[in-house]
Formats: sequence, C-alpha cells, structure tokens
Amino acid sequence: MTRWAMVADLRRCVGCQTCTTACRHANATPPGVQWRRVLDMEFGEYPDVHRAFVPVGCQHCDDPPCMHVCPSKATKKRADGIVTIDYDLCIGCGYCAVACPYQARYKTDKALFAYGEPTQSEAKRHDAARLAVATKCTFCVDRIDAGVEKGLTPGIDPEATPACVNACIASALVFGDLDDPQSNVSELLAEHQHFRMHEELGTGPGFYYVWDKALP
Amino acid sequence: MSFGPAPWQQTNWDWRAAGNFICGGAGAGLIVLAALSGAVGAAFTGLVLAGLALVGLGLFCVWLEIGRPLRALHVFFNPRTSWMTREAFTATLLFPVGLAAAAAVPGCAGVAAVLALAFVYCQGRMLQGAKGIPAWREPLLTPLIVTTGLAEGAGLFFLTEPLHATGTQAMLAIFGTLVLVRMLVWFAYRRRLAAAAAPGANLALDRAGRMLQIAGTLVPLALIAAIVGGAVSAAQTPLIAAIAGLAATAAGAYTKYAIVTRAGFNQGFALAHLPVRGVRP
Repeated sequence: MTRWAMVADLRRCVGCQTCTTACRHANATPPGVQWRRVLDMEFGEYPDVHRAFVPVGCQHCDDPPCMHVCPSKATKKRADGIVTIDYDLCIGCGYCAVACPYQARYKTDKALFAYGEPTQSEAKRHDAARLAVATKCTFCVDRIDAGVEKGLTPGIDPEATPACVNACIASALVFGDLDDPQSNVSELLAEHQHFRMHEELGTGPGFYYVWDKALP
Repeated sequence: MSFGPAPWQQTNWDWRAAGNFICGGAGAGLIVLAALSGAVGAAFTGLVLAGLALVGLGLFCVWLEIGRPLRALHVFFNPRTSWMTREAFTATLLFPVGLAAAAAVPGCAGVAAVLALAFVYCQGRMLQGAKGIPAWREPLLTPLIVTTGLAEGAGLFFLTEPLHATGTQAMLAIFGTLVLVRMLVWFAYRRRLAAAAAPGANLALDRAGRMLQIAGTLVPLALIAAIVGGAVSAAQTPLIAAIAGLAATAAGAYTKYAIVTRAGFNQGFALAHLPVRGVRP
C-alpha cells in the first residue's frame, strides 16, 4: 500500500512563503485562498521568546471529519490517503469547513482576481466549477497521479511532487510514501522527533512536524 | 504565550444556518408538544401545521446558505455518516407524516412526534460533528439542542394557547420541567466547555447564558408558579402563560443564534513542541 504524507521540518522553515506562492501558481487559487499557508508564530515573553514558521493546510487525515460530515459524498479519501473533493457533487454547505480542525477549507462565492479584472493568466485558468463549493489542498494529486503513471516517484521526482515541496528553498517540506520504510518521509520521521497538529482529536493527520533530532 | 493566529469566529455558517436550528428546533418541539397535549381537531391541526411550517422555514434558511442551491438534492447522498443527510431524510419523512397527523389520520400523531424528536436530535448531532469548533463538538451540545428545541416548542405552545385553548396544568408542568432541564443541561455544557473554548466564545456564551437564565428560565418559571399557585385569575392565565412562552422561546432562539454565529470560534493552531535549532536548551 501507499500512504502519501508530508513532513514539515520546523527547524528549517524560514517563513519565506515560497510554498504558498508556488501553490497559488500551480493551483490558480483566487486572492485570499491559500491552500498552503505558513503561520508566523511567536512564543514566550521577552527575553525568553521563540519564533516558529509553521506550514499548514489540509492534513489529509486518516479519519477525516470533513469526509464524514459531507452530506453529498463530495469529499472522499483515496486508498493512498489523499482527501479529495468532487466539485460537481459539492453543494457548498460549508459543513466540511466547520468540521475541519485545521481551517484548511475555503469557499469562494464569487470570482475574485488579484487586480479586479482578470489578468490573461487568471482568465485562462479560471475554473467556474470551483465557485461556491469547498476547495482545499489536494497534495497536487494530478501531478502525483500523472507522475506515478510515468513511473516517477512522488517526493523524489519534481514532476510528480506537490508544487509547495518543489518550491521550498530550505527543503523544509518533504513528501513521500509513509508505508515505504525506505522513503524519504519514513527515514526523516525515524531519525527525528515529530508530532502532528491537534493529534488529540483523533483525526490522524498525514502531515507531520519535525521539531528535533531523535534522542540519543 | 503564543502569538500565532488566535482562534477566530467561523464565517461559513451565519444567521441562515442559525435559522435552521432556531426554526427547526422550535417547530419540531411544537409538534412533539402538540402530540403530548392530547389536543384534537382544529387545534391539533393548527399546532402541527405551524410546527411543520417552522421546520420548513428552517430548511429554507439552509437552502439560502448553500453555495449551489440547485444541487440541494445531493444532501441525501451520505446517510451512512453525515448527520446533515440524516436530518434531511428525517425531515422528508416528517412532512408527509406530519401532514397526515394534521389531517387526523389515526396513529400518525405519535409517529410525527417521534420523527420531530429525531429531527431535533439530528440537529444536535450535526453541530456536534463539527470537530473544528470546540463549542459545537462538545457532546453535551446535543442534549442542549434537544432540550432547548422542546422547551421552545412548549413556549410556542403556550404563546399560541389563546388561539387553541388546549393548555392544561399538566402541560404547564411539562413546560416548566423542560425549561428547568434546559437550564441544567446548559450549566453542565458551560462547565464542560469553559476550559476548551476560546475567550471570545466564552464571552458570547456567557451573554447568552444570562439571557437563558433570566428570560428563558426564571421568568417562565415564576409565571408558571404564579399560575399554578393561583396568583393569576383564570381570565389572565392565557396571557401570562403566553408571556412565559414568549420568554422561553425567545431566549432559546437567542441562545442558538449565539452558539452558531457568536461562539463558533475554531481552536486555532497549536504546536506540541517548538523547533530546536542549534543546541538543545
């Protein structure tokens, strides 16, 4: 089996938001919609303060609450762990958005463009099917599927890898097959201490955060 | 202390979604109370039709909210796990059975009441299924939604009592009990939620709680006590009962409005560990 997962190394992320931009470019998301976001978080009180840049987005959960609540079955989970939305089934009720503990889902009711009128690129890539329905990170599923079909390895071969991972300047984002013990993500997680966001909710996110090397 | 994006109020469900919980709950409660009252004839018909109209109005509010209203029938596609689908199915059954009950078809009144109860239960579970919102995913919200729906139904029953004249001492006792039980469930819900909810959510819930305690509980109970204790003349009883009903209904509606549109804060983001750069501290 394959279980696609993403790892964000919090020690490496510098908060440059190149992943955010790459995602927006690859997926033609409208202004205000960031399927891959990077949070700038500060902790502590002066002089003992810490800062962390935290990439967030759809966590492609093992047990996605968004899928369970969806009344139209528009949200599904594939066998490889990727959570998808069928835009033709979605009724835009927003139930999935309030069920997601990671604020990963967006609903845009009207076409929005960066400068009011659509640029040539925006006009060409505008997809009316994504209006008034739920949208979110897809792990660039089209790239993965097309790459796998060509015999490429997602997470290794850029052509088959999510745009945000390809774009990361610090190699802070890593993508791969969690079920393969030799994969880049499996080895990274084996060699480091890591956690998942809001793990207590039992959603089983497919998105891991590395925070330190493994204890000796 | 963390300075990340603090929890914020969800914006996906607004007054239209709240309208479904307010109207649907009260309408379902009214159908249940109509069945319990033993009313017959035009009085029962009127009460059930009013209840169905409210349920329909609530569903219409939801229809206004969804992004793709022409696909509304897709709501029936996931009965296996979605409480929204189950609510839709229950409503689909409730309308014909309710209309049959209103037309005095034997045996339908009880079935309509059970379906109405199931409908309001689905509403509670629907909110509870929203795992991203701490104030909604709290399991005690389901009994709160059910009890407030029934209390609002009882409130509407007495608000309209001057029209149908089927109010009895027993119904007053049921009304008082429902109002009291709603308050007790509210206290339990608030106690369980206090630590988990965002400050903004707690503030909104406290405001709603004060309304529920005073207008939604103390006022109706005092008025019911006055009626039962004989402090109110027979001529004034319908009016006093109607005021009690109005207070209980309005407070319940406001509470649900606050829960959906004011206390719907998400839980933001949290890091279980901070990144260790360089040497370990």
